Amino acid sequence: MSTSATALNSGPKIVMRRQALVLSGLMSAASAMLMGSMLAIWLQFRANAPLRESSDGSKMLRDWLPEKIKIPEVATNTMMMTIAITCIMVQWAIYSSRRADSKHTTLALGVALLTEIAVINAQIAVYMQMDIGVRDSSYTTMFYAVTATMTVLIVIGLGFTLMTMFRSLASRVSDHDLVIAHGVYWYSLAVIFATMWFVVYVQK
Amino acid sequence: MTAIDVNSAMTNSGTVSGTGLFNKISSWLLTTNYQRIGRLMVSVSVLWTLVVVVVGIVLGVERISSASELIDSTSATQLFSIFRVGLIFGSIAPMTLGIAAAIVPMQIGSQVLAFARAAAFGAYLWFFGMIVVGVSYVGNGGPGGGDPQMVDLFILGLGIVIAGLLLVSASIATTILTSRRAGMTLMDAPIFVWSSLVMTISLILTLPVMAGALIYVAVDHSYERATFGATDGVNAWIGWALTSPQIFLLAISTLGVLAQIVATMNKGKQPLRGGLFIGIGVMSTALIGTVTQSFYSLQLDGELNDVAKSLLPFLMFNALPMLGVLIVLGLCLLAMKNEKAKPSAAFVLAFFGVGMVFTGMLGNALLRITDLKLSNTVFDEAVLVYIGYGVVLGSFGAIAHFCPRIWGRKMPTMPVIGLGLLGVLGVVLAALPYYIAGFTNQPASRMTGDLGDNSQIWNSVAAIGQTIFLIFIFAFVGLVVKSSRSGEIADEEIFETVQANS
Repeated sequence: MSTSATALNSGPKIVMRRQALVLSGLMSAASAMLMGSMLAIWLQFRANAPLRESSDGSKMLRDWLPEKIKIPEVATNTMMMTIAITCIMVQWAIYSSRRADSKHTTLALGVALLTEIAVINAQIAVYMQMDIGVRDSSYTTMFYAVTATMTVLIVIGLGFTLMTMFRSLASRVSDHDLVIAHGVYWYSLAVIFATMWFVVYVQK
Repeated sequence: MTAIDVNSAMTNSGTVSGTGLFNKISSWLLTTNYQRIGRLMVSVSVLWTLVVVVVGIVLGVERISSASELIDSTSATQLFSIFRVGLIFGSIAPMTLGIAAAIVPMQIGSQVLAFARAAAFGAYLWFFGMIVVGVSYVGNGGPGGGDPQMVDLFILGLGIVIAGLLLVSASIATTILTSRRAGMTLMDAPIFVWSSLVMTISLILTLPVMAGALIYVAVDHSYERATFGATDGVNAWIGWALTSPQIFLLAISTLGVLAQIVATMNKGKQPLRGGLFIGIGVMSTALIGTVTQSFYSLQLDGELNDVAKSLLPFLMFNALPMLGVLIVLGLCLLAMKNEKAKPSAAFVLAFFGVGMVFTGMLGNALLRITDLKLSNTVFDEAVLVYIGYGVVLGSFGAIAHFCPRIWGRKMPTMPVIGLGLLGVLGVVLAALPYYIAGFTNQPASRMTGDLGDNSQIWNSVAAIGQTIFLIFIFAFVGLVVKSSRSGEIADEEIFETVQANS
């Protein structure tokens, strides 16, 4: 007598529903369009600025960045590097989450949270070191508008990190998609910030 | 992880604990049911449409005589602005998104809208944002307003509206991309679903561009009031978002409604279905013109090289979207040749809605030919009316078509057809006179001074057209309410959720 039993057919394959990832992608695209439009207007204003002689009289410059304003390059470059470190931490969180390692996921997200706070701290330091008023000139008005918008996007990212970290703390190992979605948002934020950093802080 | 809200399954069934008016109201206000979110948006957007049409009547009557003092001439800029902002952000954007929110999950076999609470929050943001916009206009704000604080309030309100519409768009797009039932690819999805996806993604890519300009204007207006032109700068920097080609994007789902109705009339058979997808996709090319925040005009005078230089972007951003509409219209008419096609009253509304949109797009192409000298005339207003009211007609067609799926009852055929024709008459009379008046140089956004030849006739006819459209809206809403309560019970067989390839 046979002891084997015929196994039932498996059910239909469950469709992957990566909603958080898709939403994060859409929001990243929206953020890129937002900052892209602001930087485009910035570049247009800079290109249309009148010409003036440089302080030594050797060449003509666009009269865009007022002479008395000095960009604190150490702080701005530190911001860029800190954002890059955040991306590494975010990737660490994804790596740990894939292995259902809740402890390391939480740790990585915690470090990412600290670096994100550091970015905001550096932005405040930039404002304090520059010590300019919003209404001083066209440049200052637009400078505050574009950098403050970027800071708001970073604060939203910080909130996203906080939420992902709390879920990880609660050992929700099934949240791998959320960790990836968080990563997508931060990678896109890093690209957006790098563009803004180059246009506003490097090219000035 | 899945973000489908399991709790909303309870509210989807309409089950709420407790009884009484308070529970009924709270179940609506705190709903995550996609149909309720959609219906809330459509209902409020219809109210805004009524406001806009009344403003249109006032503007028409005021311009019959340049000596008329029905309203203060200093309020002209604000009234024209209310008409534009109200029609785009109060009426057609939420109406099309509301219909998509109410219908799309059902068509793709999803029980819920992805991130339903975010969508509900977005709907409320839009709702309160529009109230803030309305209050700012009443308090002498808005573009060209005399009270700076109220102008600030207008900018804030518009920002809130954009945020709300973005959230709703993201929720609908995510639902379509992630929550289709097993085995349903995007190519299998109903054509209305595809048009909703194209429209929502177009909005996700263009609304932030407007938000970026708005942030600059807001900071400038709050502090410096010089760089971006203070109060007048509001229109100068966000004006592109209140005209074509941005409004083309809001008309994309109107094409989907028409194609969906035709497919239903043919029991799901649609020749060259892929062509419909392409046509709708082609219309979305308008977003490339939109994100550049510029208008692309055709200059016919000058050297051949100069003409060629202006011709390419002109065709790309003004004519290409028209090609998309033509493809969809052509394929729908081809499908109608099927002798077994079952006529539908909603077809009249949707077909003429798309027709009005196409007429508006044609007018936009003429508007951008600099030698015709139509810019800064009422021709631009006619383009807006054709497209905006065309979208309203198409959306009402969607309501007539999908109502059996929402409240299980049909709308009567002959009254819907009759009202549809009345609506078309209203749109044509409201817009066509301004096409003609544009050629007689009636200036845009002005109510006094020289208004051009025969302006009395054109403005009178336009005011009559607006009045007819107002009557059409009231009558249609009345018919919807009546049908939802005592209409004929729907026959489910005529609806399909998945289109069969022909």
